[in-house]
Amino acid sequence: MTSPVLHYVEREALVYRRLWKGVAFSHFVQPTLYLLAMGIGLGGMIEAAGNQVDGLSYLEFVAPGLMAATTLQSATGEAMWPILAGFKWMGFYHGMAASPMQPTDVYLGAIIWIGIRLTFTATVFLIVATVLGAVLSPWGVLAIPAAVLCALALAAPLAAFSATQETDHRFPLVLRFITLPMFLFSATFFPLSQLPAALQPIAWVLPLWHGVELCRDATTGTLGAAGWAGVVVHVAVLVAYVTAGSVWGMRAFTRRLTL
Amino acid sequence: MTQPEVLVEASALTKHFDDFVAVDGIDFEVRPGEVFGFLGPNGAGKSSTMRMIGCVSPATGGVLRVLGADPATDGPRIRARLGVVPQEDNLDTELSVLDNLILYGRYFGIAKPVLRQRAAELLDFVQLSDRADSKVDPLSGGMKRRLTIARSLMNEPDLLLLDEPTTGLDPQARHLVWERLYRLKQDGVTQVLTTHYMDEAERLCDRLVVMDGGSIVDEGSPSELISRHVTREVVELRLAEGASETEALASIRTSGTRTETVADRMLIYADDGDALVAGLLDGGLRPESVLVRRSTLEDVFLILTGRTLIEY
Repeated sequence: MTSPVLHYVEREALVYRRLWKGVAFSHFVQPTLYLLAMGIGLGGMIEAAGNQVDGLSYLEFVAPGLMAATTLQSATGEAMWPILAGFKWMGFYHGMAASPMQPTDVYLGAIIWIGIRLTFTATVFLIVATVLGAVLSPWGVLAIPAAVLCALALAAPLAAFSATQETDHRFPLVLRFITLPMFLFSATFFPLSQLPAALQPIAWVLPLWHGVELCRDATTGTLGAAGWAGVVVHVAVLVAYVTAGSVWGMRAFTRRLTL
Repeated sequence: MTQPEVLVEASALTKHFDDFVAVDGIDFEVRPGEVFGFLGPNGAGKSSTMRMIGCVSPATGGVLRVLGADPATDGPRIRARLGVVPQEDNLDTELSVLDNLILYGRYFGIAKPVLRQRAAELLDFVQLSDRADSKVDPLSGGMKRRLTIARSLMNEPDLLLLDEPTTGLDPQARHLVWERLYRLKQDGVTQVLTTHYMDEAERLCDRLVVMDGGSIVDEGSPSELISRHVTREVVELRLAEGASETEALASIRTSGTRTETVADRMLIYADDGDALVAGLLDGGLRPESVLVRRSTLEDVFLILTGRTLIEY
């Protein structure tokens, strides 16, 4: 007998069996557009002025940042509307709760499924970045787990938050006030040192900067100033987010499904 | 788990939501092979009780044993042997009719080849074989309910829980659901159902409890309850507005004969309705309409609580 957690994945896989071709193609669109605009367009202008960023071309600098940031952006959507749909609009979580599946199985299944989807998103991004010459090292492959871990650091608590909501009214606020600022100010488009020193610690406590640094280490094949210790800290922070989010999520799902 | 003598056993079972007492210390037991009903109006605590039996809602107090086990500690094991038809359909709208059945069976860890065979049999049983590849949304309310019943049988449950199985269905669809549930009863499937339709309770239940305000008011078979609380027949009178009461009517009111008033109707309980009506007409009463009918569980509820099952 398979683990009840995997029945969730089985359900999503059944739904996606018919949809995946269309979805797969659209996954290539976003990274291509972002990398063309930022890396080639904006980057070309920066390089024409004879500038580099931390010894990298702008494309090489921005590609890992965008990879972590767009994966996180996808995670935001995946951890809000589909979760509330499971409770409310489609209600299939209640069907699961009537079976031997526990609410914790439903939550963990949802997180695992988001992880599978994000792995696909990140892989496609890396392929496009490689084709455009933005990946300098074979270590770049490790940017995939780094981007997925970073995105789950947001998805795990966000899925818990979604389980406490009755409507989707607050979801756009999450995008506007959490995802977007992180997207812009986590060393994605420019080094953190460009920010006023007082603002830099904000990036340190949020997940995305850690993910960006890990992805950048991987695609450039060069560790940051802190060396391996930096990698350990980044991973530890992200794992802490996932763990704390999962504890909250298992509680929130249990509360919602066992009234 | 072996089959216990009593499938569900509750004593002093209680459910609170913050300050609100939904279920207020009820006792009942469900025996193998019977159809057991909770009859009561909306808000009587029926659904809360069902959710506790279904192991998706912890009891606040009292004792509950389902299939011989404790829902608080054995939830998944008990749920593995339950079939649940919830009040609101929660079919998977992103999947076909057939996939709804197979996937639901997968939640119970049952192997796919087994599920494929069961799904085909059950679609046949609920007369939906020709809709196997259809999406769920285009189905009518009655078809969705029958599909939900088929889904609840995918794990071959020892106990079937039906929360308001025909609420919201048109009469024809209701009869089709009743007929299927009756077939299951004949096959020996133990069923627990909630309803606020007295005809549903009379038709399906071997035994039922009447619930009101979170408590059980009485318990018995439909015919026992009727003979215990009401006369064989009821006379329903609709009096013209402002009509003066005749002496005949006044004497009935004072004679100890049971009467109730529901909206614009007066109900008079009598063993011989026709004789009573003849007496009233002889006494000069000219009602707008007169109906003599057999007493039902609706009357039992009215007499026990002073209120009707369905709000007018």
